[in-house]
Amino acid sequence: MAMTMTQKILAAHAGLDKVEAGQLIRCKLDMVLGNDVTTPVAINEFEKAGFTGVFNNEKISMVMDHFTPNKDIKSAAHTKQCRDFASKLKIKNYFDVGDMGIEHALLPEKGLVASGECIIGADSHTCTYGALGAFSTGVGSTDMAAGMATGEAWFKVPSAIKFNLTGKLNKYVMGKDVILHIIGMIGVDGALYKSMEFSGEGLKSLSMDDRLSMANMAIEAGAKNGIFAVDEVTKAYQADKVDRDYTVYEADPDAPYDAVYDIDLSQIKPTVAFPHLPENTKTIDEVGDVKIDQVVIGSCTNGRMEDLEMAAEIIKGKRVHEGVRCIVIPATQKIYLEAMKKGLLEIFINAGCAVSTPTCGPCLGGHMGILAKGERAVATTNRNFVGRMGHPESEVYLASPAVAAASAVTGKISSPEEVM
Amino acid sequence: MKAFGKVHKYGDNVDTDVIIPARYLNSADPKELAQHCMEDIDKDFVSNVKEGDIMVAVQNFGCGSSREHAPLSIKASGISCVIASTFARIFYRNAINIGLPILECAEAAENIDGGDEVEVDFDTGVITNKTKSQTYKAQPFPDFMKDIINAGGLLKSLKK
Repeated sequence: MAMTMTQKILAAHAGLDKVEAGQLIRCKLDMVLGNDVTTPVAINEFEKAGFTGVFNNEKISMVMDHFTPNKDIKSAAHTKQCRDFASKLKIKNYFDVGDMGIEHALLPEKGLVASGECIIGADSHTCTYGALGAFSTGVGSTDMAAGMATGEAWFKVPSAIKFNLTGKLNKYVMGKDVILHIIGMIGVDGALYKSMEFSGEGLKSLSMDDRLSMANMAIEAGAKNGIFAVDEVTKAYQADKVDRDYTVYEADPDAPYDAVYDIDLSQIKPTVAFPHLPENTKTIDEVGDVKIDQVVIGSCTNGRMEDLEMAAEIIKGKRVHEGVRCIVIPATQKIYLEAMKKGLLEIFINAGCAVSTPTCGPCLGGHMGILAKGERAVATTNRNFVGRMGHPESEVYLASPAVAAASAVTGKISSPEEVM
Repeated sequence: MKAFGKVHKYGDNVDTDVIIPARYLNSADPKELAQHCMEDIDKDFVSNVKEGDIMVAVQNFGCGSSREHAPLSIKASGISCVIASTFARIFYRNAINIGLPILECAEAAENIDGGDEVEVDFDTGVITNKTKSQTYKAQPFPDFMKDIINAGGLLKSLKK
């Protein structure tokens, strides 16, 4: 029977010639990831079960990114627990303040994940690495503990939905708008338990940063993973980052799909998800007059170089609107440095933005930009659930870096074209 | 094995940010987490919940973040079982892996109301609504997952 791209990667990692949707399998893992919130729970479980060693100290990554730089004493205790554990078990890829970045920007940048690999992470946005043509999915802390100990994880083989991309994005329209459009179309459980496979001739016009932000939000449609066909863009991205051999898998031409959607990229408009679900989308011409108090440009969804370049292009020479706080968070130290060298940080600071060291902080209402009761934020992050960025009666509107930057200037949700 | 208790009922898309808000994730202690379980959508849950009670919701329960703190806080609050039409997949894994019984049953999710007294038989998958004198049949777990649950969680099943 023909297989999807995801099914081929899973079969290879389970040592099987064929798998089919619904089959329960055990797969060998190429990378096991955790952060400062999920790793402490995993360490507790790992130690409670009596494990004393890890399967491979080079195939585990721990990234201290959620509540770091440590926001309080309890968070400091958690990172210390991770640091001590990593040191004791000689975990090679432990990243702390100073060299860390937001995990899902950092791992691809460091070449720790690559096409064809099988990856789990105790963070739901681990699905980001599907942009490279890897099978990558979020799990919990106990799965992380089991993965660290055995190098394996159990999976139910998913069926898939195919997104056949055509055309090319218009100016100021980004991968973020495409994935928000798709989630608005299929709903927050529209891909529940399934893979979202992205392919088609439109792919070649999408940069790696666009693809990473799209795969990142597959979880917001309930998907097990999002995955992109591997092409020249993928290979070029990995050329100076991945120093090991990787395998390129392709879906069979007659692979079974639960549904196939044709997406014409040239028809996508800037899109905003209204509170309190990522599926509550409106195109920019439908949003009306929504005044805002804060803008966040960053996160594992949109804190990469192209995101900052787009925001800087729009905000250059202008001022953040009176009464609005605009927080810009480059996702990794490398991106931070590059943004500095290119003068982007100066553009942001001159416009009245705050620029922060890498952290997930505000996205999950951790720190570095919490909202008060009744406040509204436009954020390039990935979730707008009740209380996500602070008070349960605050509101988050999800948008691209282009829309977020334009909104920072006008003080209300705005199209980039309004300010350019 | 059976569970019996009063129902706390919720709707669609209950996400892990409302089950346990991130502002409390600086703790990994289940008892401490349980003090804040559901507080952003149901302030009274923590004071009302009794040992053995049952949580019922509709579609896509546990969507969003992978935080295992969510099922841990529900379990530590005293909830003996969660019933929903569908679960988000990471929550589903996490619940099985930590030994929080969950059942997928659309009929039960649609018919059970908050305050109903419900009995769940995990061996047969039969859910009995004592208040409404109705019974519903849940999907049984595959053997693979039963083994994990019977061992008391994923890590214990690996150690066996």
